[in-house]
Amino acid sequence: MSGIFSLRAWEKVWLYRGTFLLGLFNTVRTAVFAILLALALGILFGLMATSGKRALRAVSRVYVELIQNTPVLLQTCFLYYALAFSGHSIGIITTGILALGIYTGAYMAEVVRAGIEAVPKGQFEAAQSQGFSYLEKMYYIILPQSIKIMLPPMVNQVVNLIKNTSCLYIIGGADLISLTYSFVTGENTGGAYAPAYLISGLLFFVICFPLSKTASSWETALKRREQRQVFARKNAGGKEAMADE
Amino acid sequence: MRYSEAPIFFHGALQCAASVQGKGLAIMIKMENVCKNFGDLEVLKNVNLEVREGEKLVIIGPSGSGKSTTVRCMNFLEEPTSGHVYIDGQELTAKNRTKLVRESISMVFQQFNLYPHMTVLRNLTIAPVKLHHKSKKEAEELAYHYLDVVGLRDKAHAYPTMLSGGQQQRIAIARALCSQTKIILFDEPTSALDPETIQEVLDVMIRLAKENITMVVVTHEMGFARQVADRVVFMADGQILEEGTPDHFFTNPENERVRQFLGKIIRS
Repeated sequence: MSGIFSLRAWEKVWLYRGTFLLGLFNTVRTAVFAILLALALGILFGLMATSGKRALRAVSRVYVELIQNTPVLLQTCFLYYALAFSGHSIGIITTGILALGIYTGAYMAEVVRAGIEAVPKGQFEAAQSQGFSYLEKMYYIILPQSIKIMLPPMVNQVVNLIKNTSCLYIIGGADLISLTYSFVTGENTGGAYAPAYLISGLLFFVICFPLSKTASSWETALKRREQRQVFARKNAGGKEAMADE
Repeated sequence: MRYSEAPIFFHGALQCAASVQGKGLAIMIKMENVCKNFGDLEVLKNVNLEVREGEKLVIIGPSGSGKSTTVRCMNFLEEPTSGHVYIDGQELTAKNRTKLVRESISMVFQQFNLYPHMTVLRNLTIAPVKLHHKSKKEAEELAYHYLDVVGLRDKAHAYPTMLSGGQQQRIAIARALCSQTKIILFDEPTSALDPETIQEVLDVMIRLAKENITMVVVTHEMGFARQVADRVVFMADGQILEEGTPDHFFTNPENERVRQFLGKIIRS
């Protein structure tokens, strides 16, 4: 009855639809909080990576390299089991939020760093010369210019994070992938492999695809706007304005 | 282009003081034994310099001589490796630079450095509104006033990238004026411009020079130096080699190096 055309298998999936929706709910819930954490960490460590203080840059570098060069699965296990055995159990959902947030935060930090570094040095100097403090400079002058560069890769990281909730499986999570797996291997529910994984995949797809689409259309719009600006500048006869870049 | 005849000073924020410029007035900028190294490279070697209120100081010299670094030390875009910088009697430090620079010094850059994500009007009003606590209406009045001064009122709602280099630099000067500081630093303001737009920027600067603003100008425009400078400083290899009035400089420089430099510039 595992066949993709087995009506019984599909019926079983429909009967247990609550399981899939619960999994989806847990995945989305974990993802939302993890995204917020990742954003906060990304902005913090991204700003540190571009600061003038060497110690801050070093701390940021260590964080990014440690997290990017070890598996997220290991980080999840470390957080869950290592902490659990030292007597600080924090629960599966919290572990998921922390592990995925910290993991994606490292990538977000790189996105933020790249976005800030893409802004010409003269913009920082102009803001400083007007007497903007560090935070004012970032808030009014630099980040508004880098946000459009940062948004598309940020959304891609969000999509990755949502898919990475499947890592919770290793610590016995109740996310969509974990529940799908227990469904297809369960004593009473087992067997409906093809329909179950199709449905599970479809649920991921309907969340992630619009996000990816948004990211790529932002990217296209951004490129088009840049071309328009170059064109406008040429028309204005501002040859020297381009020497700037 | 027509410039409005409106006075440059607005709301009486700065009054035109003594007409005898640079004499017997307060020292606005003082550099004391300033050294600046970039790694092993000594860019400034013990620079001592005083600029008085309302004085127009022009710094000339071959490229790589430390002219730009000198003015950039005046607003702490570069922090001196050693030595002291005083603005209006107050020592400029890493701690107080944001406040002191905000209140006392504006800068005009070679590459204009207007904020490309804002309209011209917003470029001019952001610092007055966010840093000098002016209302939006006040700040816009101020902005339109200085747009008149630089002759670009009709560009208020344009974005910087739509303007020519000369126009962008005039906007940058208007932006500097909107902060209503006593000191404006100019770091090679015409070096990135097409030859045909240089004059429109120089005209604005010549007009500013008639006011009591303390101006420090790094430039290769010898005509400008001759016309507006109260004092000219010649720098080479990170040191001040000679300083004096434009007359002294352009007719009878003492230093051989200065003669060579002026000879080259005037021939070309």
